[in-house]
Amino acid sequence: MSILITPKTKILVQGITGAFGAKHAQLSLDYGTQVVAGVTPGKGGQVFEHAGHKVPIFNSVHEAAAATGATVSAIFVPPPFAADAILECVDANLDLAVCITEGIPIKDMIRVKRAIAGKKTRLVGPNCPGLVTPGDGENSKGGCRIGIAPGYIHKQGHVGVVSRSGTLTYEAVFQLTSKNIGQTTCVGIGGDPVNGTSHLDVIKLFNEDPDTHGIIMIGEIGGSAEVEAARWIKANCKKPVAGFIAGATAPAGRRMGHAGAIVGGAEDTAAAKIAVFKECGIEVAVTPSDMADALLRAAAAKGVKLS
Amino acid sequence: MNIHEYQAKALFEKFGVPVPKGAAAKTKEEFDTALAQLPEGATMVKSQIHAGGRGKGTFTDGYKGGVKFCKTKADAKEIAGKMLGNTLVTVQTGPAGRKVQTVYFTVASDIKKEYYLAVLLDRASSRPVIVASTEGGVEIEKVAHDTPEKITKVVIDPAIGIADFQLRQLISALQLSGNEAKNAAKLIKNLYTMFWETDAAMVEVNPLITTPAGDVLALDAKVSFDSNALYRHPEIVALRDLNEEDPKEIEASKFDLAYIALDGNIACLVNGAGLAMSTMDIIKHYGGNPANFLDVGGGASKEKVVAAFKIILGDANVKGIFVNIFGGIMDCNVIAEGVVEAVKEVGLKLPLVVRLEGNNVAAGKATLAKSGLSLVSGDTMADAAQKIVKLVA
Repeated sequence: MSILITPKTKILVQGITGAFGAKHAQLSLDYGTQVVAGVTPGKGGQVFEHAGHKVPIFNSVHEAAAATGATVSAIFVPPPFAADAILECVDANLDLAVCITEGIPIKDMIRVKRAIAGKKTRLVGPNCPGLVTPGDGENSKGGCRIGIAPGYIHKQGHVGVVSRSGTLTYEAVFQLTSKNIGQTTCVGIGGDPVNGTSHLDVIKLFNEDPDTHGIIMIGEIGGSAEVEAARWIKANCKKPVAGFIAGATAPAGRRMGHAGAIVGGAEDTAAAKIAVFKECGIEVAVTPSDMADALLRAAAAKGVKLS
Repeated sequence: MNIHEYQAKALFEKFGVPVPKGAAAKTKEEFDTALAQLPEGATMVKSQIHAGGRGKGTFTDGYKGGVKFCKTKADAKEIAGKMLGNTLVTVQTGPAGRKVQTVYFTVASDIKKEYYLAVLLDRASSRPVIVASTEGGVEIEKVAHDTPEKITKVVIDPAIGIADFQLRQLISALQLSGNEAKNAAKLIKNLYTMFWETDAAMVEVNPLITTPAGDVLALDAKVSFDSNALYRHPEIVALRDLNEEDPKEIEASKFDLAYIALDGNIACLVNGAGLAMSTMDIIKHYGGNPANFLDVGGGASKEKVVAAFKIILGDANVKGIFVNIFGGIMDCNVIAEGVVEAVKEVGLKLPLVVRLEGNNVAAGKATLAKSGLSLVSGDTMADAAQKIVKLVA
């Protein structure tokens, strides 16, 4: 089992004809992911070909979903058009829209977030690496890879990973896989201040998933999403959880690469978040090299087997 | 992106947010023309730099105060002469301070009472929020900490905009009535419109004042913009002042590198913002001090790595370099070749620790090994961090 996506999930790619979208559509096809449609307005009728795969291209998400049964979109369109691409997924009633695009104006995301409230479609991202549910093949092939994460570092198993940062997610996954501990699903929720799915949303899904035995939650300075998730974990989650917060050395008021990674007040510093993690029974990774080991410590303390 | 107070106030006026009459001057020759636009009488002289705490700042030549009250325009002209071209050090500038390249003269308003007003993003609700307080002219963080009940927050529905009942809530929180209430409501509404229309990240007025005549004015103005939205605001990009930015950060942005200078001595070159932040953290954890934040991004090429090396070596404090790459999709060998080329090109003499992991890592490590360069390899982030800290110590 897994959360949000399974190896059977049918994916469409918005922006499949752009260089970035095309490259990652190819890598997903190589991984064994069911990429069944592409969407580029004005290029409907063309075919995206890769290694024997023939992926039809449509002018709209509606048409693509109707013709292929795709339920999830991976969005690779440039920032000025990304908000519109998300809204199109919502209008087409998809289950999930995963927006990889980096650099979307905050105002666009404020409007999108307002418009999608209460709608069926869940948004992950923007400015995120996407999701991976590893498969059971060699190097975890046969899984579902949506976005830009390297598929081969994964391994099918029982740990859920949720993070704002791409490379830190890979770091955690790599550590787990190196220790022969597999993952159910790895979710990158993105580094922007306004995003669709929060740490807490993903933690709740991992908590309900019987196959997920342990969770790694990776956060950053800025905002209070990690704190909100930690408090919920304390009250509701019995599974072992390890946590890491990046940005302990970041100076106040400077934006650290991610639009959301900025210390504004006393509550959103790394120290404040780490203190809440500890108070909520989350095993804190002392350094980023310690993320998998921290989860092993948390699991041992609860007598839970991770592999 | 930040702008100066005088630029922010020009925008305020455009959107119908009243400010004291003012004029800016960039040279001593411009003082008279600027002052001629103001009435005779009490005048403020304000140093224009992108940093707070100007009033309590000290210039490097010992002159105190980057914001001054003057009884006459003649006094104002004399004081402006001491500020312009001088370097102002405030709590926010760091010890090097900032050179004052513009001074701003304004009419010194009669103040009845000071308030606080700001519009920014409320991350919890993902909506804009208006923050208002009767405690103006002081540090708002202190008010929030000591007397949180004196701060009112009103979250705005972006689909509707600011509603009249919300304006009434704010006016009531500010305890205003009569003409003052009417003027303040109009000002708040216009300030919100400016925030929304210009893609501002934050608009802060501290203090907002009432005058004995019943006017409501923005006495100070601090405005920053969402850099992701600048592509649709050329008029705001035109306000960018490169003098206020670190030249290394400007250079980095040309190569699409995210660079931020810090005050340590171990330079970092990393892919990914989260990993770059935690690389700084792990250096600190093992007793070192990071010299910078540097994210080369997901698609780093050889040219980008070379450019990144040149930028981090432009910092004279740097005593060692830590390259930390997790090549997910990115080929580690491309990074390795970039590192080798960069080291040769810049003739690097400083200790260098490289930690490579991920895609094609064996080839990357082989490239480093056969390069003949004196660099140290790290297996994990922790291992590499300890090595560079030791080498620099």
